[in-house]
Amino acid sequence: MEQDAEIVAGEIVAEGAPDAGGLVFHPLDQFIVKPVFGDGPVHWYSVTNVTVWLAIVVLATLALFVLGSRSRKVVPGRLQSVVELFYGFIHKMVEDITGKEGLKYFPYIMTLFVFIFFANYLALLPMSYSVTSMIAVTAVLGFGVFIWVTVLGFVLHGTKFLGLFWMKDAPLFLRPIIAIIEVISYFVRPVSHSVRLAGNITAGHAVIKVFAAFAPVLIISPLSILAIVAIYGLEVLVAGIQAYVFVILTCVYLKDALHPAH
Amino acid sequence: MEGDIATLGAGLAGIGTGLAALGVGNVAGNYLSGALRNPSAAASQTATLFIGLAFAEALGIFSFLIALLLMFAI
Repeated sequence: MEQDAEIVAGEIVAEGAPDAGGLVFHPLDQFIVKPVFGDGPVHWYSVTNVTVWLAIVVLATLALFVLGSRSRKVVPGRLQSVVELFYGFIHKMVEDITGKEGLKYFPYIMTLFVFIFFANYLALLPMSYSVTSMIAVTAVLGFGVFIWVTVLGFVLHGTKFLGLFWMKDAPLFLRPIIAIIEVISYFVRPVSHSVRLAGNITAGHAVIKVFAAFAPVLIISPLSILAIVAIYGLEVLVAGIQAYVFVILTCVYLKDALHPAH
Repeated sequence: MEGDIATLGAGLAGIGTGLAALGVGNVAGNYLSGALRNPSAAASQTATLFIGLAFAEALGIFSFLIALLLMFAI
């Protein structure tokens, strides 16, 4: 799919010379995976803009949390308060949704939140690559949560975990039908979990670029620049909300694994 | 501007995004009307609000994905 996108985008760029009246650049050009050194084909070991930005995200996260929690003062400094804010927010959310026994799994959920949060916000920098717009990145996160939660459910409850699909409250003749629907919805979870994040980020960044492509046209240029500012503000909101939504759904799935009987 | 039937399908998939907007608006509007009736219970339900918004929004994102697939993968 990536290669196809590259070819299609390339054609449109070629057509879109100023006199042709088309777009100057394709809004999805920003998601092309390019090697940083040279421009050969992308191998599994080549350093691309994706891996560079993944590394920046991880380093930024590490820097904030290592520096912020190094000197654990009773009265926190500026950096430490930021770290405590993150920690307290996620800790409270995990406790609210999954209960006390879910706190054992708090570190994993915290890691997910901080990674997605930083990836989303660093993607808003101009010229950056939005890591979470890649379905490959979010699919690893989403399917990781799905497999972890499923294994955890079977480890903790054995075959009783299957009671998640068997509604005891429903009338008997409806239960098999509900069970089928529940099984389908259970297996769609990782797909929707990962596509939601990637789709939101991709769509938001594409919309910004669509308006940016209209900016050189003199008549509508003030309008389009205003629209970029507005959409950018919306994206700042969406970046935080999507990170929050991802971990809140992780907590909901974890709660299903901890207490499968409704 | 050229295009084939897949491009038309991608455009039609945009309707799905609009319908998801109805769903998201419905969730947020009902939350707000409930929250104004009983403001003291509103703070405890924000997590539920976001879960509902996420589920409603995901289906719109699916139609966006279908549009992308029709444009680039077929």
